Amino acid sequence: MDQKAPRDTGITSESEQYNARLGLRLFLVYCLCYGGFMGLSAFKVTALRDVVWRGVPLSLWYGFGLIAGALVLAVIYMVLCRPESASEKGTS
Amino acid sequence: MIYERSALAIAVFLGLLGIVLGISFRLGAKAKSASGFFAAHGEIPWFVNGIAFAGDYLSAASFLGICGLVAFYGYDGFLYSIGYLAGWIVALFVVAEPLKRMGKYTFADALDSRFHSKGIKLAAAISTLIVSLFYLIPQMVGAGNLILPLLGLPYEAGVVLVGAVVIAIVVTAGMVSTTWVQFIKGGMLVVFCGILTVMILNRGISTIPPDGQTPFAMASEEELSANGDLEKLPAEGNWAERPYVRFRDKQSGLVKIWRKADDKGNLTETQYSTVSKDGKKLVGGIPQGRGEGMADFRPVGHVTHLAGDVDKTGPLGPLQFFQTLQESEVLLWSKDPKTVTDDSGEFTMYYQRRERGADLMMPGGSSSFAGVRKEALLGKLNFLSLMLALFAGTASLPHILIRYYTVKDSAAARKSTVVGIAAIGLFYVLTLYLGFGAMVSGSLDPTSDNMPAPLLARSFGQLPFAIVSAIAFTTVLGTVSGLILAASGAVAHDLMTNFLGMEMNDADMVRAGKVSAVLVGILAIVLGICFKGFNVAFLVGWAFSIAASANLPSLVMLLFWKPTNKQGIIASILVGLGSSLLWVLLSNEALDNLFKLKAGHMQFVPFSQPAIVTLPLGFLVLIVVSLLTQKPEAQASKS
Repeated sequence: MDQKAPRDTGITSESEQYNARLGLRLFLVYCLCYGGFMGLSAFKVTALRDVVWRGVPLSLWYGFGLIAGALVLAVIYMVLCRPESASEKGTS
Repeated sequence: MIYERSALAIAVFLGLLGIVLGISFRLGAKAKSASGFFAAHGEIPWFVNGIAFAGDYLSAASFLGICGLVAFYGYDGFLYSIGYLAGWIVALFVVAEPLKRMGKYTFADALDSRFHSKGIKLAAAISTLIVSLFYLIPQMVGAGNLILPLLGLPYEAGVVLVGAVVIAIVVTAGMVSTTWVQFIKGGMLVVFCGILTVMILNRGISTIPPDGQTPFAMASEEELSANGDLEKLPAEGNWAERPYVRFRDKQSGLVKIWRKADDKGNLTETQYSTVSKDGKKLVGGIPQGRGEGMADFRPVGHVTHLAGDVDKTGPLGPLQFFQTLQESEVLLWSKDPKTVTDDSGEFTMYYQRRERGADLMMPGGSSSFAGVRKEALLGKLNFLSLMLALFAGTASLPHILIRYYTVKDSAAARKSTVVGIAAIGLFYVLTLYLGFGAMVSGSLDPTSDNMPAPLLARSFGQLPFAIVSAIAFTTVLGTVSGLILAASGAVAHDLMTNFLGMEMNDADMVRAGKVSAVLVGILAIVLGICFKGFNVAFLVGWAFSIAASANLPSLVMLLFWKPTNKQGIIASILVGLGSSLLWVLLSNEALDNLFKLKAGHMQFVPFSQPAIVTLPLGFLVLIVVSLLTQKPEAQASKS
C-alpha cells in the first residue's frame, strides 16, 4: 500500500523526487521575477518608462529578460534533471 | 477597408494547403489505432514535438492579435507575449513530467489516475470541451479576418473554409498529421517573422507617407468656419454631446467630420463610415468600394516626428529601432466605441491620436490595460488578473497537455518543452518588431486591429504578403487541429469510453473520435461567426482564464497535496469552470459586443478578467471539499 500511493501521485523514485524539487525551486525563482514585473506594471508603471541602458526603456529590458530568463531556467532544469527510468538512462 | 485580391497570395496559400493536406492523407495509415489517433503512438521525436509545441501554441492570437495590439497600442500587446511565454515555466517545472507519467491520451487520464472516478472523468471532459471551444473561437475569428485580404471572400467564408480543412486534417490522420502540420507551421512562422523583422530594420523609419498617401489634416475651427466653400453644420441631436464638428463642402455636398483635439479650437481630421437607413455602407459619405465614385478608408500608421528632426533614419539596428521610436512621435488611430445616429444613418468614427514614443513603450496604452495608469484599484486588478491567467493558463490548456503524450518518456517531454520555449520566446521577441514596424508602416487598416501583420508584409510587396498570409492561415489550421483533437479525445475517450462505459474496440474509438471532431468543428464554425469583430488576443485571455480556473487547481493539488480526493477535484473543476465562464459572459465586453446590450446596462462584474478571483476560488473549493469529505481511515492515519 505504501508503495502504491506514491506511484499514484506520479512520483516514485528518488530521481523523480529530486526532479520535482528542482522544478519547484526554479519555478519559485521565476515567480519572483514575474511577480516583480506585475507589481511594477500595476503599481509603479512610470518606472517602466525609464531608459536604463542603450536608449531602451526598462519595460523592454524587463520583458526581454523574462523571455530569456525562462529559456535559461529551462536549460538549467534540463541539464540538472536526473534520468527517471531505464529508457531515459539509455538515451541520456 | 476593402482589400484587393492577390493571385500570388492565393497561389502560395493553395500550395501550402496542398502540402498540409498531402501530409494528412499520407500519414493516415498511422492513425488506425486509438494510440496512433490520439497520441501518435508516443513516437514523435522530441525536437519535432518541441517545434510542434510552438506550432500548436503560436495561434492566430499570437500572430495576428499581438501584432495588432502592439501596432495600435504599443507595449500592451507585448504584455500578452510575456504572459504566454511565462506560462511555459509552469508547464515545464510543475506539470509536464507528472502528467507524462500519469496519463495516456487525455488530461482526464492524469487527473483520474489515482481515483478511477467517473465523476472526475466527466468533469475533466466537460472542462476540456469548454476550454477547447473558447480557445477555438479566436482562432476562427482570425481565420475570418485573414480570408478577406487573401482571397477577397467574406469573413464567414474564411471561418467555414478553416473549419472544413481542419476537420479533414484531423479526421484523416489524427495526432500524427496534426503534429507534422504544427511542426511545419511553427518552423515557418518563426523563420518568416525573422525575415520580416530584418526587412523592417533595413527599411528604417520615415515621416514621409508611402507613395500616393496624403498626410491627415489638422486645422482650427476658426479657420474652417472662415472658409467660404464650407458650411458648418449645427451640432444637433446626438452630435450635440459628442466631440465632433461637421463641415459640408458646398460644391460636392460631402460632409467632413473633425474631432476636437483640445479646448483651443484645434481639430483633427477623422475617417468615418455610415450605415444608412436602407442598409448601404458609406465611407466619408460616399458608397464604400474601389470603383469610380466610391471611397474607402485610407491606410494609417505614420511617424509625425523623428528623433533628431530628420525625415528618414535609414537602416536601424535591433536596439536602435526601439531607441528611435522611443524619441519619436507617432500618429495612431482609435475607433470611437460610441456610434452617432441621426437622420442619415449610424456613424462609426475613427480618430487620430498623437502619441509620444516613450508612452507607447510602457503598459496602459489600450483600454484593456488603461487601469494601470490610473489610481483606481479595479483597473489594476483587471491587469493583474489577466497576467495571472496567462501565467497559469498555458499549463491548463488541454491541447497543450495532450502533446506530452506524443513523446516516449519524461526526458523527451522535458527536452521538447525546452525546444518549444526557445522557439516561442524568439517568436514573441519578433512580434514586438512586427507590431511596432506595422505601427509606422503607413499600411494599417483603421477598422481592424487583427490585420496589421499581413498588411505590414504587403507594404514590402506582394510576395511577402502572400507568404505571411499563407503562414497565418496555416497557423490557424495547426492550432485548430490540436484543439479539435483534444476535444474529440475528451468525447470519445473520456466521455464515451470511460464515463459512459461504452464497450469500444480500437477501431470504434477512432471512429468515435472522428465523428466528435466533425461535430466540434461545426460548433467552432458557428461560434467563430458569432464572435466576429472581437480582438483575438482579448478572446484568448478569456480562454486562458477559464482553463486556469478549471484545470490548474486540481492538477497542482493532486501532485503536491496528499489529502486531495476525488470530491475535491470534481468540485474544484466545476466551480472553477462555472465561475470563470459566468464571469466572462457577464463582463461588460460580452454584454456590449456579444449580446449587443445597449449602453448604460447594469454592470454585473467589476472587471472583465476573472482569474484573480476564480483561480484562488478553485484552490479553496478543492481544499475545503477534500477536507470535509475525507474518509474516516484517512483521517485516522493522518492523526
